[in-house]
Amino acid sequence: MEKRAQEISQEPLLKISNIDVFQGTFKALWDVSLEVKAGEIVGLIGANTSGKSTLLDTVSGLLHPVKGKIEFDGQDISTMDPFRIVELGITQVPEGRGIFPDMSVLDNLIMGSYSKRARSRKKENLENVYQHFPMLETRKKQTAKTLSGGEQQMLVLGRGLMADPKLMLLDEMSLGLAPIIITSLYKALQEIRERGITILFVEQNVRRSLQEADRAYILEVGRITLSGIAEELREEEEVKKAYFGV
Amino acid sequence: MVDISSLAGPLVNGILWGGLFALIGMGLSLVFGVMNLINVAHGDLVILATYFAFFLSTGIVLRHNLPLDIDPILSLVIIIPVMFGLGYAIQKFLLNRARTVSAEAPLIIAFGISLIIQNAALRLWTPMARRLTPPYALDVFIIGPVRIPLVYLIAFVAALIMVFLLREFLRRTYLGRAISATAQNKRASHLMGVNTGRVYSFAFAIAMAVAAVAGICLGLIFSFTPEKGIAFLIIAFGVVIIGGLGSMVGTLLGGIIMGLVMTFGGFLLDTRWQMLLLYLVVIVVLAARPQGILGR
Repeated sequence: MEKRAQEISQEPLLKISNIDVFQGTFKALWDVSLEVKAGEIVGLIGANTSGKSTLLDTVSGLLHPVKGKIEFDGQDISTMDPFRIVELGITQVPEGRGIFPDMSVLDNLIMGSYSKRARSRKKENLENVYQHFPMLETRKKQTAKTLSGGEQQMLVLGRGLMADPKLMLLDEMSLGLAPIIITSLYKALQEIRERGITILFVEQNVRRSLQEADRAYILEVGRITLSGIAEELREEEEVKKAYFGV
Repeated sequence: MVDISSLAGPLVNGILWGGLFALIGMGLSLVFGVMNLINVAHGDLVILATYFAFFLSTGIVLRHNLPLDIDPILSLVIIIPVMFGLGYAIQKFLLNRARTVSAEAPLIIAFGISLIIQNAALRLWTPMARRLTPPYALDVFIIGPVRIPLVYLIAFVAALIMVFLLREFLRRTYLGRAISATAQNKRASHLMGVNTGRVYSFAFAIAMAVAAVAGICLGLIFSFTPEKGIAFLIIAFGVVIIGGLGSMVGTLLGGIIMGLVMTFGGFLLDTRWQMLLLYLVVIVVLAARPQGILGR
């Protein structure tokens, strides 16, 4: 990880400042602040219902903060519509069930390049995706819902790449998948990051997150309780006690 | 004992009627599939297109008789764009706004649209039963024991063309894919950068363009009054229930089944049993295969 330290810029690409967010009438995020610098891979760790997915949905514009501010590339996106946010270069990769079930694998990928920013680069992005996941090419005509859980996860990841993003938000990639598949997905994630795409990912598995991320935030019942360099967090007593049970 | 050759008539004509029923069902299916709205005004919007063609071919409106004589099929050049624009406007300015109020609001708006169309048509064209009567309206092909009215054939060919066009549009264009994507997973289509409000407006507009074609075919085959919309709405429900949502081929099949039930019901029993039989078939399909015959 150190070799990339110089490449990571100091200006945050995504800057979330003191946001409060409601899910319906339920207050899901309390005064949350978070930063992702260009080139970084950042983990957001927390249990179910800790508010991780709410945070991603707020960055994507599906939800809007009632307080605080979200900036991307210096632009305030707190109240922007989801489709405008995609045009700026933020793509959320939902967990595997976020496919278009009755469309072919190829049509799912093409939907990834729906935004104007991605359309012109559809062809080369598709080649890239097939390079990362050759399985998607051999099964491009297959209906998406007939893929296995791991394959569906590869499909949403590939579809996310088709959007030609600057920042990729990843929701619970490993949900319900076999460890060997999870390992290969995270390998793909590191390759995606090598290509200069900044990544903010959500994960329940603390060990996995701290291993893959440069930095991490820990979210508990809607509040950030801890944050720092992933390597240092791994050593921290508090984390060890609370999450590794040591 | 029924003479086998006498079955050919209801068989062929039932299939051909199916084309018209499919045309009426397609728009209803599209709007329900994408917006989850049971468009109770669909039948009336179809009839509106029929009256529009009636006006352009006869010039009759209020007490006037304008010098108009445009062939109903030719008049589609005008009616399709007008209905497309009307559909876009209804979705954009009424239904999209109603959606932000509550899930039921668009249904109530649709009901209001239905009443407005019916009453406007009553005022403009009186409750008198009308027909579209171009010179070829009564032309008939006779093949062996079967008499096939030309207008039945026109409706069936129109249905095949519209099924093909809509299918290709949904499969091959970005907007078409976005419409399918929104129907299948709205959240994910948001995340792909789809402006769902815009997609809704185009979906309703396209449904109305198909309704325009349906309306002209309807007027060529059946007589119509301002209140006829509801009867065709119910037939369209049957088509969509039998055919299953989201499948254009299923819709065509649903239309043909409805057509066959009607012609055979009339032939074997009595025309008074036609509609009752139709509803029974719909109920049986609902009970046995709620996802429709092809399903999705």
